[in-house]
Amino acid sequence: MLAQRRRAMPSSNFELYAWFFMRVSGVILLLIAVFHLMLMHASIGVGNIDFDTIAGRWGSPFWRVYDFFLLAFALTHGINGARYVTDDYIHAQGWRVTVKALLYVVYAIFIGMGAYIIFTFKA
Amino acid sequence: MTMRVHVKVRRFDPDTDQSPWWSEHDLDAEPSDRVLDVLNKIKWEQDGKLAYRRSCAHGICGSDAMRINGMNYLACKVLVKDLGSNITVEPLLGLPVIKDLIVDMELFFEHYRSIMPYLVNNDPVPTKERLQSPEEHERYDDTTKCILCAACTTSCPSFWATGDYLGPSAIVQAHRFIFDSRDQAAADRLDILNQSSGVWRCRTIYNCTSACPKEIKVTKAIGEVKKALLFNRF
Repeated sequence: MLAQRRRAMPSSNFELYAWFFMRVSGVILLLIAVFHLMLMHASIGVGNIDFDTIAGRWGSPFWRVYDFFLLAFALTHGINGARYVTDDYIHAQGWRVTVKALLYVVYAIFIGMGAYIIFTFKA
Repeated sequence: MTMRVHVKVRRFDPDTDQSPWWSEHDLDAEPSDRVLDVLNKIKWEQDGKLAYRRSCAHGICGSDAMRINGMNYLACKVLVKDLGSNITVEPLLGLPVIKDLIVDMELFFEHYRSIMPYLVNNDPVPTKERLQSPEEHERYDDTTKCILCAACTTSCPSFWATGDYLGPSAIVQAHRFIFDSRDQAAADRLDILNQSSGVWRCRTIYNCTSACPKEIKVTKAIGEVKKALLFNRF
């Protein structure tokens, strides 16, 4: 008889959700990042961006939410990609846990700072 | 017309070698010769110590998968004329080398066994065969062609990075039963494939599809399993 080694059953669908998020956020980022690029870099122009430009832009709640989505989707997508790379290539458990913990700390700091700045900014 | 070929073979004998090395061979070959013929010629006429696996020599048994000019092929299916006069042969990547071109396939078969590669049906055994329509068979026909040669799994960077990953071949085998209308253990197999070492390690880079000597659409099959999980578990 073949040696049958049944694997432990999964405790969650986390990897499934993560995979699905990568697909959805990829499509969303393609739209909002390209539009951001066209608007800020091509239409307004990098040389013309100053405090007044941003202050004027963030006068509208729409742009605040837009910029927060840009930050949230890009950062989550990127950090999750880095988590995949970590899982693939760092085999020592101690190092893997350490690197992933660092990733999550960086993630929390940048999301927190970004949200704080975007939503409390006053011109 | 006979052509002169220069063949480099990655060698390693654990009894005598500290590290792998290359043996180089010049010989005459017919353009229609297969790499297996070339290896046979080297073994029979130049270096009897050269070790490699082969059985049927006709692309069915899957014994002689190896890395030829940087791509995974069956040595018995790839022709000299398609490779040119410089041929480099190495063992499959990602599995431990036993000797020369022979790798230890145990990890590969362990992953294969883990996905329950057999029909599960707890209904009373019918007096005749379990009927299936051509359409029902068509659903998984492509993945029945797998010959377990390991060319796909050992072409996969995710598998090179960590042997924990079940690999494309095991997922293809699971696909073959998950979409079989006569089988009743799809949920169990999907549970096994839903782990981080299952389908979610696939980064969709299509190396497996290029490597498959039976031209199975491996990445598509993996995608269908991912989709089945997505629509099952959400």
